[in-house]
Amino acid sequence: MNPAIEIRQACKRFGHIHAVDCVDLEIGQGEFFALLGPNGAGKTTLINLLSGLTRPDSGRLSIMGYDVSREYRQARRAVGVVPQELVFDPFFTVSEVLEVQSGYFGITDNAAWIEEILEHLDLSSKANTNMRALSGGMKRRVLVAQALVHKPPVIILDEPTAGVDVELRQALWEFVRSLNQSGHTIVLTTHYLDEAESLCSRIAMLKAGKIVALDTTRNLLKGSARRVKFQLVPDALPQKLHPFLLHRESGYHVLKLDEFSDLEPMLEILRQSGVAVTDMVLPHADLEEVFVEIMSRQ
Amino acid sequence: MKGFSTLFHKEVMRFWKVGFQTVLAPLLSTMLYLLIFSHVLGRHVEAFPGVPYVSFLIPGLAMMALLQNAFANSSSSLIQSKITGNIIFLLLSPVSYPEIFLAYVLASSVRGIIVGCGVFAITLWAVDIPLKFPLWALLFSLLGSFILGATGIVAGIWAEKFDQLASFQNFIILPLTFLSGVFYSIHSLPPFWQAVSHLNPFFYLIDGFRYGFFGTSDVSPYFSLFVVSLCLAAVSLFTLWLLKSGYKLRN
Repeated sequence: MNPAIEIRQACKRFGHIHAVDCVDLEIGQGEFFALLGPNGAGKTTLINLLSGLTRPDSGRLSIMGYDVSREYRQARRAVGVVPQELVFDPFFTVSEVLEVQSGYFGITDNAAWIEEILEHLDLSSKANTNMRALSGGMKRRVLVAQALVHKPPVIILDEPTAGVDVELRQALWEFVRSLNQSGHTIVLTTHYLDEAESLCSRIAMLKAGKIVALDTTRNLLKGSARRVKFQLVPDALPQKLHPFLLHRESGYHVLKLDEFSDLEPMLEILRQSGVAVTDMVLPHADLEEVFVEIMSRQ
Repeated sequence: MKGFSTLFHKEVMRFWKVGFQTVLAPLLSTMLYLLIFSHVLGRHVEAFPGVPYVSFLIPGLAMMALLQNAFANSSSSLIQSKITGNIIFLLLSPVSYPEIFLAYVLASSVRGIIVGCGVFAITLWAVDIPLKFPLWALLFSLLGSFILGATGIVAGIWAEKFDQLASFQNFIILPLTFLSGVFYSIHSLPPFWQAVSHLNPFFYLIDGFRYGFFGTSDVSPYFSLFVVSLCLAAVSLFTLWLLKSGYKLRN
């Protein structure tokens, strides 16, 4: 089975800036995948290379086995892209926009599917409203609908929840999750790392056009620095534990743990020093911490 | 072909939805030209022997309106799509660059011909204009609208701001149309300016178009047809190359 997305040594430069620097990446069919990185990391450029909005300087990119340059018609039919910017055509209504988009993909009668998408995205009542008259959130929903009109097996969402209210965000993720469950491959970029953590099974982190981390969400969380927080009486950390101290935090000593098995020797030192533990917390590592750690390492 | 027909239909709908601005406004300005020039020059000028000035002027004005509106259609549509960003919906689709070219050119042609026909429709009741060779008139109107539709694509791709497009329109298209013999026969010009006029491709469009009405022209209609066809081929090839390269579109 072809991977949904295959990127081999893709490079793109803008002047002296390496927006995408020899990236290799493979995303399997049916995955829910996140592309994370700070602003300017190259996420949108990589998406533009995949969708044909930008041409690579070198390298090969394919979608569902179709080369995005040589077999651009098949490749573009296989992907739906929700762009980051709120772009719209001010001359047309919502349903006209979706009919036009269907026509671009060679679909003649798409009324039933358009109706279904509009219903899922809670846009049915706005079908005959001009795009100019829609709120930002509604326009964002239309962008999602436009990306889905041709029923693509791969859906790329470039920061779809930027500036979107909580209600729409939740409705959108519910819909996207159902699309993933029905077999669509989802690639997502977002600055809301909690969204990526809860939705995506695999994550790539980009920095300065390079992939600096690529693993399952579970492994990335597991591999992050573990910590333990102690509240002590008397409030003095024994000398032997000072090398593990990360910082003090509202009455707690926060210590670094390489492995969970390091915990018992620490407790032993505390007992031997006559220091009582009145509270102990093992904080759960979240993706934000992992992200910050990986970005600061590079 | 569905991609082409959808884009063509969308482009026609786009100008039709704002017909007040894209069809009626150019018709009004053309009528004002007609009123003023026919009033000022009507009694003093006889461009072709035996042809009243007003009759001479109308086909020229119709062709000028046709050319300017064909250019305006593709150029304004492209720059608006680029500036608002909605061009990406087309660029993300599998529509090929020859289909994009054809759709924009034909939609521009439709708008140009509607405005051109509108000029005749309004003047029909007041002025008697012969139509000796309608096929010549039709041929030149189609070729003219295709050339300007394609030129509009080039301008729309090249321009990054509305004022750049306005410069293209005001410093290239407008002088070329005004100095192409819309308001006069080039035989009334001194020899030097006659020679200069022969370098203006718009002159051949207007002259050939007028031949379709009066059976008289400044140069042979066959030569005009040759020059105009050559221009269309050159502009089309350049536009297709530009679209294929993705210049200022896929970057």
